[in-house]
Amino acid sequence: MEKSLTPHGHEAVHPPTTTGEDHRKVLMWLFLASDVLFFGSLIATFVAYAQRVPHTPLHEVFNIPITSWSAFVLLMSSVTMALAVWSAHSGKMGLMRIYLLATVLLGVHFLADQGYEFYHFTLDGFTPRVNPVGSAFFTLTGFHGAHVTVGVLWLFSLFLASFRGGITPKNAIWVEIAGLYWHFVDVVWIVIFAVVYLIGASFY
Amino acid sequence: MAVSAGTLRRPAEGGLWSTVWEWLTTVDHKRIGLLYFWTVLFWFLLAGVEALILRLQLARPDAGVLTPAVYNQLYTMHGTLMVFLVGTPAASVFANMVLPLMIGARDVAFPRLNALSYWVFLFGGILLNAGWLAGGAFDVGWTGYANMSTRPFTQSIGANFWVMGLIVLGLSTMASAFNFLVTIINMRAPGMTLMRMPLMVWALTVVFILVIFAFPVLTVALIFLWFDRFYGTRFFDVAAGGNVFLWQHLFWVFGHPEVYILILPAFGILSEVIPTFSRKPIFGYSTMVLAMGAIAFLGFSVWAHHMFTTGMGPVGNFAFSLSTMLIAIPTGVKVFNWLATMWGGRIRWRVPMLFAGATVLLFILGGLSGMMHASPPIDSQQQDTYFVVAHFHYVLFGGLVMAMFAGVYYWLPKLTGRLLDEGLGKWHFWLTFIGFNLTFFPMHILGALGMPRRIYTYPAEAGWGGLNLLITIGAYILALGILVFAYNLLRSLRKGEPAGSDPWDGRTLEWSIPSPPPEYNFEEIPVVHGRDAWWEQKRQRRVAPVGGGSNGDPHAPGEGHQPGPGREVIHLPKPSIIPLVLALGLAVAGVGTIYHPAVIALGLAITIGAIVAWAIEPPLQGAVHSKE
Ligand code: HEM
Ligand SMILES: [Cu+2]
Repeated sequence: MEKSLTPHGHEAVHPPTTTGEDHRKVLMWLFLASDVLFFGSLIATFVAYAQRVPHTPLHEVFNIPITSWSAFVLLMSSVTMALAVWSAHSGKMGLMRIYLLATVLLGVHFLADQGYEFYHFTLDGFTPRVNPVGSAFFTLTGFHGAHVTVGVLWLFSLFLASFRGGITPKNAIWVEIAGLYWHFVDVVWIVIFAVVYLIGASFY
Repeated sequence: MAVSAGTLRRPAEGGLWSTVWEWLTTVDHKRIGLLYFWTVLFWFLLAGVEALILRLQLARPDAGVLTPAVYNQLYTMHGTLMVFLVGTPAASVFANMVLPLMIGARDVAFPRLNALSYWVFLFGGILLNAGWLAGGAFDVGWTGYANMSTRPFTQSIGANFWVMGLIVLGLSTMASAFNFLVTIINMRAPGMTLMRMPLMVWALTVVFILVIFAFPVLTVALIFLWFDRFYGTRFFDVAAGGNVFLWQHLFWVFGHPEVYILILPAFGILSEVIPTFSRKPIFGYSTMVLAMGAIAFLGFSVWAHHMFTTGMGPVGNFAFSLSTMLIAIPTGVKVFNWLATMWGGRIRWRVPMLFAGATVLLFILGGLSGMMHASPPIDSQQQDTYFVVAHFHYVLFGGLVMAMFAGVYYWLPKLTGRLLDEGLGKWHFWLTFIGFNLTFFPMHILGALGMPRRIYTYPAEAGWGGLNLLITIGAYILALGILVFAYNLLRSLRKGEPAGSDPWDGRTLEWSIPSPPPEYNFEEIPVVHGRDAWWEQKRQRRVAPVGGGSNGDPHAPGEGHQPGPGREVIHLPKPSIIPLVLALGLAVAGVGTIYHPAVIALGLAITIGAIVAWAIEPPLQGAVHSKE
């Protein structure tokens, strides 16, 4: 994404902004605020249906130990992400690459877990088509998975770009913004894990 | 290289093709604003023609102009177009046209994203309407209630285009909102504090905040519907335990904020036009800002007033009735402030002011009928009658569209450099005003008599024939007014009187620069010392208008622009075709979801390619010096 008209110089110079924050960072905050409503609607739909519609007994379908593990994996990826941002800001490019890659791999691990989980759910007869709760569950977790996928691709492209000189301490802001996104996606998962897997399984 | 003023109408150096190319690749907010404007005008005319056909059918009892099926498609598409292709983008039209100028910025925060928003809007609009060509448009009403809109009840392909079109349009609306919010947060000129921003900017700010919180909810509802229609999910399948209230809640959680998304740009326009033509500062600036904030906040707490008759029970009905009546308070505050601004002012009844004054009047009428159905017992009588049709046309046409006319007469000359004709403008105004009231006032009476909305005909014995004929005649008088407007627009492009930089003796910064403004808007970023920044400057003779004197209102052009300390070097954003390509990719993928996975793949390939190119392409072009 572009910078606005810079009064002088080239890419590296940021235009002075009214708040002092980079445009792209403000954009990301706004996007995340908006995304809260997106996930909020999906979660609310799940809860409303899980409470009142006859459906597959979720506590028999869910495999809480596995999902707890993948939640843990995603949490750890937030730690590596934070470290990547820190290394980028302090100019430790090599370290940053390692942490970026670690974050990507943890994200992929999470996605693999989700695929495994989905596969077993469908074997147990819990599918998006079986009842409204199934529809709500798979749509919600599916969209979360899509967010993680986007994050993984984004971080991986930052990782690649760093070899071509695309990421320097001066535009560490890119890593920072990707980090904001990544943390947000993690937090959403914590909410989903609590509301859907832990509380939701006890509904109805 | 020096860029002369008037880039908006700079004669193309390389003939027609290069002109077209310039527009396809533009990232200049002013040009994008004009693209938005013409596109919205086109959809407005199309939706208007649809309404005129509806009125032909309703002019007489038992008429056979339209089959019931076509009637349903026409009213659905008329409503959808007016809401999503005229009202919703109104904010983007005016924000692109003047928002950066009003806050003293050289462009928006993300020029290419801005172009992308426009192209996605264009393709989304085409998708939305494509049902007509593909074998029949959507016919469930603009509210698209599921389960009526799910496959067992609506097989038509038009439904698929409707859902996909709205999803795509939502992306455009949100992208535009993000972009302008960042612009407002981060690109105000020095001294332009929040409480010094023109009220138009405030109104748009509130609109965009509403957009980013309301549209995700609509998107979720549309995705559910989409999945039900295509992938066999059961969100709205009642037999499987699905609940039809799911759609109604999600839709109206979006839908009520949406009505403020529609009306707030109008409030903004009134708050600029009225003080300018009353030659007084706006009365109660801070209360205006507070009122808009309150409206935005309360706007999210009233949605279920659209569901009074669904059996929510007395507690729900009471709560939502109360919040709905509360929201009338800040709205009333605004009306009183406009009236107080006019009070004792030396009002110049130029065309923008005529429209603004009429808007206040018609909006009061629409607001009053709205208050009536805030009461559940009354609403249960009025729901789904023509009373409701009268109400929302008073607020949407009388409030929003009339204000948009005011805004066009007021600001379009800033971008084209040419005024619209006053005489034609007055014809436009009176034909529209009289036609409007002839069309929509009698609908209150019909509603009270019990005529339901969304019916394709009625029996002669009902006794509704006379009023309906009157309404149809009114609609055609109204249409005549719109024709005059269209002619006036086209005429002004060629023969319009040159606008000069400050034709209305304006108060805000956009009037301090030439019309049309140079590509970079401001030679020097202005420094703001108070509200009504330009007016203050004129009063204190700090600066004279740039680019020649103004029409009618002589302000002795003083010493000219103060040469600043050292010319700035301005880097302009680079024109780019990538936004158009990206939008095309999305549209192709959208069509693919309806027809064939291979087409989705093609669309996604284009999209991804465009995203990569976007990331690689340098956003800025070489330096442009602001002055020779
Ligand atoms: C050009 C003048 C207009 C005329 C003659 C007109 C006429 C009509 C008619 C005849 C209907 C159908 C009533 C029914 O069968 O229930 C209708 C519905 C509607 N109109 Fe208009 N209208 C006009 C302008 C507008 C404008 C400017 C807006 C909004 C910006 C608007 C928004 C709507 C909506 C939302 C509906 C409801 C559609 C539905 O029931 O799903 N109209 N209008
Ligand atoms: Cu409402």
